Amino acid sequence: MQREGSAFQGLGTVFVKELSDNISSVRMLVLELLVVLTALAALYGAIDSLRQNTAEDPFLLLRLFTLSRDPLPSFVAMLGFLVPLMAIGLGFDAVNSEHNGRTLSRILAQPIYRDALLMGKFLAGLATLGVSLTALWLMVIGLGLIFLGVPPGGEEIARSLVFLVVAIFYAGVWLSLAMLLSIVFRSPATAALVALGIWLFLTVLWPMLAPAIAQVIAPPDPRYAALGLQTPDTGLWAQFLLRISPNDLFAEAMQAILSPQTRTLGAVFIEQLRGAIMGAPLPFGESVMIAWPQMVSLIAGTIVLFVGGYVIFQRQEVRA
Amino acid sequence: MSDQHNDNPTPPPDAIITAQGLTKRYGNANAVDAISFAIRKGEVFGLLGPNGAGKTTTILMMLGLTEISSGQVSVLGFNPARAPLQVKRHVGYLPDSVGFYDNLSAVENLAYTAKLMGLSLKERTERIADALTRVRLADVAHKRVATFSRGMRQRLGLAEIIVKRAEIAILDEPTSGLDPQATIEFLELIAELKRGGTTVLLSSHLLDQVQRICDRVALFKSGRIEMMGSVAELAVQVLGAGFVVEVEAEGAGIARKLSTIPGVTKVETLSADRYRMTAERDVRPDAANAVVSVNGSLKRLSVDEPSLEAIYARTFQVKKEGGVRHAA
Repeated sequence: MQREGSAFQGLGTVFVKELSDNISSVRMLVLELLVVLTALAALYGAIDSLRQNTAEDPFLLLRLFTLSRDPLPSFVAMLGFLVPLMAIGLGFDAVNSEHNGRTLSRILAQPIYRDALLMGKFLAGLATLGVSLTALWLMVIGLGLIFLGVPPGGEEIARSLVFLVVAIFYAGVWLSLAMLLSIVFRSPATAALVALGIWLFLTVLWPMLAPAIAQVIAPPDPRYAALGLQTPDTGLWAQFLLRISPNDLFAEAMQAILSPQTRTLGAVFIEQLRGAIMGAPLPFGESVMIAWPQMVSLIAGTIVLFVGGYVIFQRQEVRA
Repeated sequence: MSDQHNDNPTPPPDAIITAQGLTKRYGNANAVDAISFAIRKGEVFGLLGPNGAGKTTTILMMLGLTEISSGQVSVLGFNPARAPLQVKRHVGYLPDSVGFYDNLSAVENLAYTAKLMGLSLKERTERIADALTRVRLADVAHKRVATFSRGMRQRLGLAEIIVKRAEIAILDEPTSGLDPQATIEFLELIAELKRGGTTVLLSSHLLDQVQRICDRVALFKSGRIEMMGSVAELAVQVLGAGFVVEVEAEGAGIARKLSTIPGVTKVETLSADRYRMTAERDVRPDAANAVVSVNGSLKRLSVDEPSLEAIYARTFQVKKEGGVRHAA
């Protein structure tokens, strides 16, 4: 049946209201403080070790993102860990709080479709995350300028911009997941716990489980084991399974983009090494091509999870 | 008798909402079972019935907020399933125990919905200030809604309908949970809406209030409209008579004389000098005449107006005897 009127009527209004709610909320302030403080710690470590070996590295700025010094992880690893937390914090009560506050039926009695409400909430969440990540990105560039004193080159800026976009979509995956859970579960506490459970599972447990499962699917060959090598099949399965986790996709994409010498993200084939100069950086376009599947997967994940939530929301009863 | 009965679905020319065979199924159960009604422009129409009888579901179908399983409903000439935005532009809805964003003030809450209605900034400001004055919330306009009492929230919900300048106001259990003073104030506001020309549809299970303000009512029972009409009409239909007149008089042959009054259906003798008559109209003058005509001495004459409570109790009592009613 054809509906009259635009599905996006009221989208702007919802977007502005949700954005201002997000930005002024105490929850967001705490999450941002957490991310900024840990990011500063990671950057401090990176800057410190960079200053000690004044390198002739052509990608000094990118080192800021990837360099880690014990016991701190690198800036990118830190973000890979904390961005989901921010996204979950924004999304876990998006829809169920409207149900519980009994505002949903009142809002939907206004001349808008449900589409506008859900889409507005999602875009506002994504914009909030985008603003935070852009601020972080600027912070890294600024600190790099101040403490390293080397102006970044064009390619470095381009690569770090790709980092920014991928990070936003990585956050988008978790935001869609949190919103999906906020639609499925009436209680915000349940939605938050399930989201955090999935996050812990995928970041902490899955990297341990995936290789174990791979060994069950493709048992290691004793001949390789005798040589101290990993069986190729087992390795491929492990990587395949790991890629289910958005964290792994994000880490891989970032490795390709921020470390220009990365030639491949999987097993290395002989053809890939033909004529290669070990340690030489790849051009920007090539690096993007290597990370392309990972980036597309993150974007697709965001969309698929959002659509899942959208379908459930459309069919849900309005009454509390 | 009701002129708009289930089996006679020709809407009157001034009908603003008409439903025909409206049905909502959840699985195999019919939450709303083929109901038909017509609501006239400018009247206050009450939906009555126990919880789970299908009142809210009917309302949500009229707003296009839940799918219609079968049948038709037309609101202001629009089909809510096809043109929900048109319907929602002209219909104000105050849900059962309405909620507002607690972190925003009364004005901010109304501004948000007014923006969703598509009002310009100037119109918004004017209408919101005006509406808050009308519901007597102007002095707390900039306070956070978190501090509001239930009665204030309900009035704020009504202010939203006023801001919308809705032609139809649908109020779902608007006075449940309010204290008596707040209830009286709220009913007065509803009466004001009606005077302003708004058609009001309200669902409730608080019978005396419904009786006080509704022009017509529909009695819902397990998804069906059991009966519909004004309270007096229903009284005749259910109780057999609308008015109960009690006469206290001394004299001989009073009971016999009273029973000859036209319109009286029954005369009971309660004690030596007390009689109770049930009648289709207010027969007090005739009763007084009757007593005087047999040379009796009249001591007291009182009338009970038809009570919705009695109608309601009778309707649901009959059903219990008839069969098992599943709790909804």
